[in-house]
Amino acid sequence: MKSPTRHPWLTTFALTLLLALTAPAALATQTYKIDPTHTFIQFRISHLGFSILNGRFNEVKGHFNYDNADPKKSNVSMEVNTASVDTNHAERDKHLRSKDFLDVEKYPKATFISTSFHEDGKSGSLRGDLTLHGVTRNVEFYVQRIGGGKDPWGGHRMGFKGQASIKLKDFGIERDLGPASENLYLDAYIEGVRND
Amino acid sequence: MLKNSATHYGTIAKSLHWLLALTLAAQFALGWYMTELSYYDRWYHDAPAIHKACGMLLWSLALLRILWAIYDHPPPLVRGMKEWERLAAKASHSTLYLMTLLIPLSGYLISTAKGHAIDVFGLFEIPALFPAVKQMEDLAGKVHYILAFGTAWLVLAHVLAALKHHFIERDETLTRMISHK
Repeated sequence: MKSPTRHPWLTTFALTLLLALTAPAALATQTYKIDPTHTFIQFRISHLGFSILNGRFNEVKGHFNYDNADPKKSNVSMEVNTASVDTNHAERDKHLRSKDFLDVEKYPKATFISTSFHEDGKSGSLRGDLTLHGVTRNVEFYVQRIGGGKDPWGGHRMGFKGQASIKLKDFGIERDLGPASENLYLDAYIEGVRND
Repeated sequence: MLKNSATHYGTIAKSLHWLLALTLAAQFALGWYMTELSYYDRWYHDAPAIHKACGMLLWSLALLRILWAIYDHPPPLVRGMKEWERLAAKASHSTLYLMTLLIPLSGYLISTAKGHAIDVFGLFEIPALFPAVKQMEDLAGKVHYILAFGTAWLVLAHVLAALKHHFIERDETLTRMISHK
């Protein structure tokens, strides 16, 4: 047998075979808890068609399950505190929390619960139910698995980037920001720490 | 006369009173108007900028007026008022003085909640002093709204009381805040 370092696919194949034959299915799915200090739920929206405004939600929690053997079985569940919206402008943030936009007193949480996941290599498509402003709609995120593995401190981590486009009107946010600002782009950078 | 006499207000007290009255009324109207504007309205940006700058000027004017009132005591209330009227008048005046400080303060706390200074007509900036409180803009906004509308009702009572003194009691309460004497 040749050195496994020269043929890493052989090792992968052998390990996968071993795993498939011996490991119970549950072991292939690993649960990761969202690390809020390395997770950024950001959004972008055009300002008059002249520039892009960036904002984020500072308070987020959730978890995801990633199945190495069968990524289709992976899923994610996230929740953000809508009052934690931050666009680095106090008056705007106050306005965003008001009835004109997020109405955070009535809808303090926004949630995303995935319904399907397909991964091809490191990129994939994640569909799920996004509940925002009390309205639930199925949204598709374009997902990239950025990396994963042992961290230097004795744990295991995995991180993804997800991007989706939503129409504010679809979620009952009717305030007119102009024709260039009907779509809001969500950029989620999430990192999970594996439950061991 | 610049200073108050035993029965009448002096020029400084009168000027401060009417300047503040005018600014307060204008600020109330502008504050209400600007929060109703749509995103594409011509005044969507300028109205809040003017409101904030005027608010900071009103604030300093109010402080000046209170200091002046401490230095130069207002003349006593006119004779012939009932005890409850005297109490109500004094309580209203103190509350109005206090509100001319607290309303700009709460407004200041909205705008500076994330550490940004308030620009006053491009001339100078009022720095943010308390930016560390989480979501301070929301709490300050509620307080600003409640105090502004509460004070508007109190101002209405103040005006009606002055008119009652003038047209029903026919005393000097209103004229001594207007006329030169």
